[in-house]
Amino acid sequence: MKVLVAVKRVVDYNVKVRPKADGTGVELNNVKMSINPFCEIAVEEAVRLKEKGTVTEIVAVSIGPQQAQEQLRTALALGADRAILIKSDSDLEPLAVAKCLKAVCEQESPDLVLMGKQSIDGDNNQTGQMLGALTGYPQGTFASQVVVEGGKVNVTREIDGGLQTLALNLPAIVTTDLRLNEPRYASLPNIMKAKKKPLDTMTPEELGVDTAPRVTLLKVEAPAQRAAGIKVASVDELVEKLKNEAKVI
Amino acid sequence: MSILVIAEHDNSQLKPATLNTISAAQAIGGDITVLVAGGGCAGVADAAVKIAGVSKVLLADNAAYGHQLAENVAPLVAELAAGYSHVLAPATTTGKNLAPRVAALLDVQGISDISAVESADTFKRPIYAGNVIATVQSSDAIKVLTVRATAFDPVAAEGGSATLEAVGAAHDASNSAFVGEELAVSERPELTSARVVVSGGRGMGSSDNFQMLEKLADKLGAAVGASRAAVDAGFVPNDMQVGQTGKIVAPDLYIAVGISGAIQHLAGMKDSKVIVAINKDEEAPIFQVADYGLVADLFEALPELDNKL
Ligand SMILES: Cc1cc2nc3c(=O)[nH]c(=O)nc-3n(C[C@H](O)[C@H](O)[C@H](O)COP(=O)(O)OP(=O)(O)OC[C@H]3O[C@@H](n4cnc5c(N)ncnc54)[C@H](O)[C@@H]3O)c2cc1C
Ligand SMILES: Nc1ncnc2c1ncn2[C@@H]1O[C@H](COP(=O)(O)O)[C@@H](O)[C@H]1O
Repeated sequence: MKVLVAVKRVVDYNVKVRPKADGTGVELNNVKMSINPFCEIAVEEAVRLKEKGTVTEIVAVSIGPQQAQEQLRTALALGADRAILIKSDSDLEPLAVAKCLKAVCEQESPDLVLMGKQSIDGDNNQTGQMLGALTGYPQGTFASQVVVEGGKVNVTREIDGGLQTLALNLPAIVTTDLRLNEPRYASLPNIMKAKKKPLDTMTPEELGVDTAPRVTLLKVEAPAQRAAGIKVASVDELVEKLKNEAKVI
Repeated sequence: MSILVIAEHDNSQLKPATLNTISAAQAIGGDITVLVAGGGCAGVADAAVKIAGVSKVLLADNAAYGHQLAENVAPLVAELAAGYSHVLAPATTTGKNLAPRVAALLDVQGISDISAVESADTFKRPIYAGNVIATVQSSDAIKVLTVRATAFDPVAAEGGSATLEAVGAAHDASNSAFVGEELAVSERPELTSARVVVSGGRGMGSSDNFQMLEKLADKLGAAVGASRAAVDAGFVPNDMQVGQTGKIVAPDLYIAVGISGAIQHLAGMKDSKVIVAINKDEEAPIFQVADYGLVADLFEALPELDNKL
């Protein structure tokens, strides 16, 4: 079985991002970039399926600038077999990304596509579902458990009320939630080996994908700041404030 | 403008997030239709016709829609969407699962989790875990949006008199099937709409210790939430996670106990009216957003708080 894993290069989750002073975008100069945490979980799941013998080949794909090669190399160090970079210097919207991934699906015919549920920069939570619509594949979003058996994948999903399990025909799309697994660290020998693994580059144009944006970013701003609070010295004082000052209990 | 709102329900009850989503639709302005798609969900449609401000309710009652499988419901919504300028769904796990699949079928770029309506094509939404608010404008003919419920006051569930129309269209992709579910049952108010939320973090130490929070919650009529660390450690189930990748809450009172206040957690609760933090580390970032901070060991503070309420 062949698995396609989509990995995105994003600002590291430890960075507290700020809007630029002129409100045209966020400050991205010299910030640490990483593989989107949910995509890391997707790579880990693919690797575990390979270790179990379910999966024979893992192809990692990223759509982004030349530097997204770094995140693809990380995926290769974690256990992906080869990688594809679809080079785009502008930040593509989920629909355009899904169209690129659909073109890759047509070339690669994967049995399973593993993706993150959400990129932590745009917080869109859309690309997997969109790829589902474009390919016609069923989708198992927000997965906390993935079991492949008998030509199907059973996906346990984290939903608002608890957990739900669906059985999807393959090929299928699975988007990962945080509790699916805990990603391993890449070992130094594997990081070295990853440098020699194949990494192909192509462009959206070569894939015939129209990436024209549909949504314009007019402005970014910092969220409303909360007024500074106070420290209370005791539980008594806390109860008194909540009753008489905030009047919430 | 004509707006199609996807109702959230479990085939018997309309979920409150639908009312907040209709409120966002009113902010856009125009004629509002509510779609109730499900299996054996006629009762939900009967409730939906009474919602204030709704002019029409569409009922698509078919076994294939019973579990809200996106493979089946998305083509239905995409087919109906042709007659509307906007399609809105709540930004719940159901809405987030469905809306992008609808958008891609329509070849439009959906906009997730809107927190304000600036005009019929311009919306605000939080990005980067809520550290930044973006104002975005859509050029697509049909706008497919998910709505952050806590950002819009619900419309009244009663007082309307919409017409009811059955939709015959049956879509069954037959490539996905419902296997089962484990839904949390709780007597407490629902986390995302509770007036008071008491949340625990890694500092709670164990599942048993969470009972202290539950006791406190019952005294306050509160829902119980948790940080990701508490969920990952297995203290409580996943549906209690508050944050960037969990639930978004904005109660009148949020009490964070043994939670450090990582940006991903703050993303889910910093719009609460009053925030209380109880933490033994006076440097914990949660104190930067807390209206009332108490530096204390929670194992002493919680029982005392419980006694004094
Ligand atoms: C992609 C991504 C998404 C994430 N999404 C979320 C999300 O949606 N929600 C979320 O919550 N997190 C999320 N996180 C995790 C987040 O970064 C933090 O790791 C998490 O919120 C920490 O939880 P915590 O505050 O309970 O634990 P810790 O950071 O370990 O804090 C525990 C706190 O308890 C205090 N404490 C300990 N013992 C006591 C005591 N006896 N009395 C009083 N205080 C005590 C400590 O001083 C400390 O401040 C996400 C992370 C990533 C990478
Ligand atoms: N530029 C990209 N390159 C590769 N994968 C992406 C890209 N954008 C989104 N994805 C995938 O889609 C998931 C959800 O992203 P989003 O819809 O942007 O929240 C991510 O976790 C990735 O797996």
